[in-house]
Amino acid sequence: MNSTGTNALRHAVKKSNTDAVLSVRDLTVSFLTNGKQVPVVRGIDLDVFANEVHCIVGESGSGKSVTSLAVTGLLPVTATVSGSVRLDGVEVIGADEEVLRNMRGQDVGFIFQDPATTLNPVMRVGRQITEGQVVHGQLKASAASDRAAELMAEVDIADPKGRVTQYPHQFSGGMRQRAVIAMAMSGRPNLIVADEPTTALDVTVQAQVLSVLLQRQKALGSAIILITHDLGVVAEVADRVSVMYGGSIVETGTVQDIFDRPCHPYTAALLRSVPRIDAGDDRLKTIPGQPPTPAELPSGCVFHPRCALGAGKTRCQTERPQLRAFASGQMTACHFAEEMKPDRPSTTARAIAQAERAEVKPLLEVDNIKVHFPVKKGILRRTVGWVRAVDGVRLSVRPGETVSLVGESGCGKTTFARAIMGLLDVNEGDVRFDGRSIVGLSRKAMRPVRRQMQYVFQDPYSSLNPVLSAADIVAEPMRLHGLFEEMGSDKRIAELFEMVGLSPSMMGKYPSEFSGGQKQRLGIARTLGLKPKLLILDEPVAALDVSIQAQILNLLQDLQRELDLGFLFISHNLSVVRHISDRVAVMYLGKMVEEGACNEIYENAAHPYTLSLLSAAPISNPGMRNQRARIILRGDIPNPASPPSGCRFHPRCFRATDICRSQVPELATQSSLKTTSICHHAGPLDPKEIALASQAEGGI
Amino acid sequence: MRKSFQSAAKTIRNLMSRKGVVFSVIFLGALSFLAIFADILGFDYLTQNLIESLQPPSAEYWFGTDELGRDILSRVVYGTRTSLVTSAGAVTIAAVLGVPIGLVAGFFGGWRDAVLMRVVDVMLALPAILFAMALIAILGKGQMAAMIAVGITGIPSFARITRAQVLSLRNRDFVTAVEAFGGSATYSMFRTILPNSWSPIVVQAIVLASVAILLEAALSFLGMGVAPPTPSWGEMLRTGKSYLYEAPYYAVLPGIILTLTILSFDTIGRAMTDFLEGRHELGDHSSVDAESEK
Repeated sequence: MNSTGTNALRHAVKKSNTDAVLSVRDLTVSFLTNGKQVPVVRGIDLDVFANEVHCIVGESGSGKSVTSLAVTGLLPVTATVSGSVRLDGVEVIGADEEVLRNMRGQDVGFIFQDPATTLNPVMRVGRQITEGQVVHGQLKASAASDRAAELMAEVDIADPKGRVTQYPHQFSGGMRQRAVIAMAMSGRPNLIVADEPTTALDVTVQAQVLSVLLQRQKALGSAIILITHDLGVVAEVADRVSVMYGGSIVETGTVQDIFDRPCHPYTAALLRSVPRIDAGDDRLKTIPGQPPTPAELPSGCVFHPRCALGAGKTRCQTERPQLRAFASGQMTACHFAEEMKPDRPSTTARAIAQAERAEVKPLLEVDNIKVHFPVKKGILRRTVGWVRAVDGVRLSVRPGETVSLVGESGCGKTTFARAIMGLLDVNEGDVRFDGRSIVGLSRKAMRPVRRQMQYVFQDPYSSLNPVLSAADIVAEPMRLHGLFEEMGSDKRIAELFEMVGLSPSMMGKYPSEFSGGQKQRLGIARTLGLKPKLLILDEPVAALDVSIQAQILNLLQDLQRELDLGFLFISHNLSVVRHISDRVAVMYLGKMVEEGACNEIYENAAHPYTLSLLSAAPISNPGMRNQRARIILRGDIPNPASPPSGCRFHPRCFRATDICRSQVPELATQSSLKTTSICHHAGPLDPKEIALASQAEGGI
Repeated sequence: MRKSFQSAAKTIRNLMSRKGVVFSVIFLGALSFLAIFADILGFDYLTQNLIESLQPPSAEYWFGTDELGRDILSRVVYGTRTSLVTSAGAVTIAAVLGVPIGLVAGFFGGWRDAVLMRVVDVMLALPAILFAMALIAILGKGQMAAMIAVGITGIPSFARITRAQVLSLRNRDFVTAVEAFGGSATYSMFRTILPNSWSPIVVQAIVLASVAILLEAALSFLGMGVAPPTPSWGEMLRTGKSYLYEAPYYAVLPGIILTLTILSFDTIGRAMTDFLEGRHELGDHSSVDAESEK
């Protein structure tokens, strides 16, 4: 085809020179909000070259997504844009629709965060993948189906010929995102913009998708702009990194430099505040305060109110620093970058109070509980099957101890937590709190137990009643139990506010006036009112920005120490779990697969699923990228309504043998193992296995 | 509950940025003012003056006089009382019965939901005007029958809207949270879910208010509304109809007031729906977008 020929020619020309594929100069974007121009992107410069992955890192409100939209002319009409964006030498800003449309089809590909909403649910996936090319006349409609199958094969979708005619709902999450990658790459673009492409995916699926993305990029030689808030992902995939804060780029450099020698206080502080999976550090160093909102940016350097280096320096408060060269290839927007002291991440291991705890009577004992939901069909609503959401989990939590439950989405961890709280019915097994069974208690009988066992929700935005004031929200549980006066009424509320680091002057405000981190503090304060013994924390930091996560994690640890609280901590984030836990339990598809002391799980895991999870989790250390062995799991989590026979993990397992397919494994009993695992082939990872596992990966 | 007032104030400010809404509010406000203070303002709907029957509008009789020489404007003003009281009563009946039905059905689900919603479906099948006539046959002519009839036929819409609202809030974390603290079902329903459901219920109340006014007028027009000599718009239309050639203003002027009243209620109701839907979809920026759309 002629156009493909010219494309290839263009590629050849492109690779021979070192010109940037994308070059952004002084880009400014502002939105009209409440009659005021609010600057969201404030004059950024950015160059992205062929064959490189350029990560833009930032917290919410830093302007990273708006930048990516501006680069491709996709901003809504309400935005005011100035500056210059040249893509392959063509000016994007002010270009007419026709130019932009051609550009989007040929020069830029997009990968958005949520693959479930990127694909049109009523169009066959194959057709969607090639739609752009057909519309742009680069591909004959008759050849589209074959081309789609070819593209899908390139992103490792099994049975591409059969999958071409399927609809998005027949694809799993990871497959959908790979189809989106195929779609983005179909026109062999020079630039791919990926906005949080793996944020909605599980760790093992994230590893698959990132590896496919990089593999395709190498093959095509494209440039990738990858927008993310996850420093682990950055360390795994980036060549160069730009750190955004308050609408500006504050630091840019190679990934190695950024992680080893950050030259902006924000970058340095951000790196320090992230819990690390490769070290169980004692306490996180937080960045005080909140990220600024675009409507209320501080004067001078936007970071100065939170900066330790700039504290008390008037220049930081008055003069806005420009991005300047600092070391070779590294640029910083800090007046005093030279004064920064290199700092090593703290590696003081967290004291795990295990020995002394062993004798203490457990606060919560969960004995092999099962929670099944009926699947109903037909007009008579007959039960045709059961979703085994939780199918046998054994766990205990002692006072003052943090036990974490780790697993991917759909593994039943939230169901488990809600069943313990008595919010869902338990089909089998027993839950004992303080020695008393609490399964099947009536609402009334459950009340005294609920005083002692409280739940912190994942999403602080939806867990607070929007029509109540902050004081009323915190008082509500005490009022419900008729203990408000007894507990000390308003004085008690003020006390709770201070306990979680909120100013009592905020008592009269409503949830909508609080930031995400403050809302989560409010959610925690509410649970503490009744002096509980156990907190069930369901992903309490997953919805928060990185710098806020650290503040909440520290708060939780302080509260635990002060009040001797037991924590049941539910999370999919392995770094956070390592940071906060004493013991860890790993769940897969409703079953617990491995349990043990925190360090043992991370250092001496024996179950292949735990090993794969750990290997798939990104590590915030770019130096480790190539040294580390990786197991990339095949496929996705199966449907819990029809779990695989035998060991539930066997279809994805690299150690699976015949016995795994037929027999449900029991507790592995070898005395050499340091953890308790439920597997036929439990044992530490053998380096040979990794080679084997990656070979199998190539086969799908 | 200060929050409710704050957001209500914000909603009102937003609504008042539309010209149609401003006009509707002024019109309904003026009408209610006249109706409430009719006695003090010296409106007289009873005094007959047969010499001056069927007079066209003049400086003395702004809307003219009827066949008995009574001031039509006064009768329209007193008729407003009939209309507004009937409609307020009907809305109250419908809301007081319909909202709890919807709350219970949506909150508990299962057999309670099935039973309550089937009852509601049956009510929905009753034609309002026939049902009203049947009630009047039992209770006798009067405001009460119209009020109850409209009220009962209004229950399904309240029940359904509340139920839909409960279903969308039922699984939100803050409702689960109350349950996790040990709050009772009644507390969850009335203290947590209901305060978060007011907006669509208020919109429904406004819509039903206009339906009630229209139905009351229709019953009076058929001669089954309030008993004379209490004035009612529908009754004026009925009598006015006989004099359409000699005194067209007799039927037309009350008709215009009736139309404008219903139009005003609908305008406010529609504007509120637009605003509330927009706010749900777009989050906090909706006010900006709503304005730019106009």
